[in-house]
Amino acid sequence: MAAIALERVAKHWGATRAVDDVSFDVRAGTFTVLLGPSGCGKSTTLRLIAGLEAVSAGRVRIGGVDVTEAPPSKRSIAMVFQSYALFPHLSVAENILFGLKVRKVPAPERERRLKRVAELLGLDKLLARKPAQLSGGQQQRVALGRAIIAEHPVCLMDEPLSNLDAQLRHDMRREIRALQQQLGITMVYVTHDQTEAMSMADQVVLLREGRVEQDAAPAALYARPATAFAARFIGTPPMNLVRLADGARGAVIRGTDSPVVAPGAGEGLLLGVRPEAVLIDPAGVPAAVAAVEYLGADSIVACTVGEAPFIVRAPGKLELGAGARIGLAWPREAQHFFRAADGRRVDSTAAAAIAA
Amino acid sequence: MSRFSVHIHGWLLLLPAAVLLVAFTHFPAAATLYHSFFSTPKPGRSAVYVGLDNYRAMFDDPVFWQSLANNVWFALGTIPASIGLALLMAVLVNRKLAGRGFLRLAYFTPTILPMIAVANIWLFFYTPQYGLLEQLTGLLGLPSHNWLGSRDTALACVIVVTIWKEAGFFMIFYLAALQGIAPSLAEAAAIEGASRWYFFRRVTWPLLAPTTLFVLVNAVINSFRLVDHIIVMTRGGPDNVTSLLLFYIYEVGFKFWDLAYAAALTMVLLAILAALAIGQFVFLERRVHYQ
Ligand SMILES: Nc1ncnc2c1ncn2[C@@H]1O[C@H](COP(=O)(O)OP(=O)(O)OP(=O)(O)O)[C@@H](O)[C@H]1O
Ligand SMILES: [Mg+2]
Repeated sequence: MAAIALERVAKHWGATRAVDDVSFDVRAGTFTVLLGPSGCGKSTTLRLIAGLEAVSAGRVRIGGVDVTEAPPSKRSIAMVFQSYALFPHLSVAENILFGLKVRKVPAPERERRLKRVAELLGLDKLLARKPAQLSGGQQQRVALGRAIIAEHPVCLMDEPLSNLDAQLRHDMRREIRALQQQLGITMVYVTHDQTEAMSMADQVVLLREGRVEQDAAPAALYARPATAFAARFIGTPPMNLVRLADGARGAVIRGTDSPVVAPGAGEGLLLGVRPEAVLIDPAGVPAAVAAVEYLGADSIVACTVGEAPFIVRAPGKLELGAGARIGLAWPREAQHFFRAADGRRVDSTAAAAIAA
Repeated sequence: MSRFSVHIHGWLLLLPAAVLLVAFTHFPAAATLYHSFFSTPKPGRSAVYVGLDNYRAMFDDPVFWQSLANNVWFALGTIPASIGLALLMAVLVNRKLAGRGFLRLAYFTPTILPMIAVANIWLFFYTPQYGLLEQLTGLLGLPSHNWLGSRDTALACVIVVTIWKEAGFFMIFYLAALQGIAPSLAEAAAIEGASRWYFFRRVTWPLLAPTTLFVLVNAVINSFRLVDHIIVMTRGGPDNVTSLLLFYIYEVGFKFWDLAYAAALTMVLLAILAALAIGQFVFLERRVHYQ
């Protein structure tokens, strides 16, 4: 059974459609990431699940119960805020225990749970401190502690790591994932960082302008992006997208006349190829090198194919000067096709031709 | 820059403000202290040193003691009520509601008005026979009452005016402080199921403590400083029941022209205010959480 289910949920502020007809299910005990660019409605979606905003349309179900009209406290959820929302005048222990005191959990039970959570998060020695006396990572842990001590089945997090430096972010990512698996929490996690999404999630819900662009496991999102937008959003550097044209014997990249990349017509289609799938091969598509960026394990080669920019990720260090002419090749299964008009995936150029 | 020139620089920056403070605050205070040890100069008889005579006279002066007692009651009547009201209004207008801007302005209006104008408005409310209050009580069939002219109600009447005048001013400070509290705190508490009142008690009120301290110090000082409405409404009467300390000083100094005695009274008022302010900062500072 789905732990959380959104059915055609919308949230409008005047003319702003922050969330527009969003539906997805989250299975119990899994880690779901809401991913998307800034302003796409991730936070709003999370706040609709939490009940901090009222929906304009649609239903929200948690644990099979319709909670669309229920206040936040009746939804059996915990939430970690981007700013942590720690109470500045209360000690770490009081911050973590805040909810239990509200719900009048008996003192011995409170102590037992506090001890467990403090040990789990390595906060034992900091319990008497005020939030201002903690580092960013420690504050983050306190916020986590306040969320998990409630032992609610669902935990919501809104960009909880965005205030931390790269190293700490990396460590906390693994910690949160481990904690979620250890405690069997159903997690909904908001981020605009696709690396975070790919490395943590069981399921990624990619949002764009208040709509679900794709809802899939990270591997599927990478391997079979449903739209050109999803293709560009996942992966660094992002997938190359070039327009196709009709060639004499099949579809070719616009501005080139060979080789043929697929049978059938090319006009109105986009070809997508991930930079890491491209090989340098003199027999391939002709390209001109614009710049080479050496990153250690590999090099990022910026080229031009036809009139479009094209990025190649090649292992090792390449001795290529600007203006050098090279050929690019990639396996057939690394090709993705999208309709230029609406960005939708099409499975082959022939299929597109039939559909058109 | 050398250490020395940094200091010179600093002092030069402080100089204009310091000159004004010395000229209009510190020097007059010191001069008042000096004059309080002399007799009042009269035509043909210049001031002579009298030591503590003025203070001894004060000790035996029943009007001084009554003014002091009145002032204590005035302070007790105005301070908690105006602070409480200010907090209540601030919480009200900090919420999302229609006409919020208008309500804020309405609450703040008494602060903009000069105290003399306020006193005149309320003078009309309290007027016997045709005043607003009389008309209301008349509708209820209650007997007529001279609110400002009666020994039992005069002080209470000026206390009400003061609360009305001060609460809007203090509200502004509370409103600013409330807006400094991150909304996510209330959301975090709402998710935990905390009621509004619980959140106010456990989070908002403690976080407002620095503001409360600031407002309290101001309220205490104002309770010894505000006399404009006394001059307009009661002139200390009837029978001195609304004579506050500063009003008494004004009367002694500028009606009876006993300047030396007025100087001695002023020193007592200054000492009381200094002690109260220092006391509040020292004792409450420890219990206040600054962010
Ligand atoms: N209270 C509000 N009133 C009006 N519009 C709002 C409100 N909150 C959000 N919006 C709008 O809704 C859209 C989605 O906002 P939301 O905060 O959900 O974005 P987000 O995906 O979380 O972005 P970010 O990654 O920058 O946090 C934005 O266009 C925003 O301007
Ligand atoms: Mg957001």
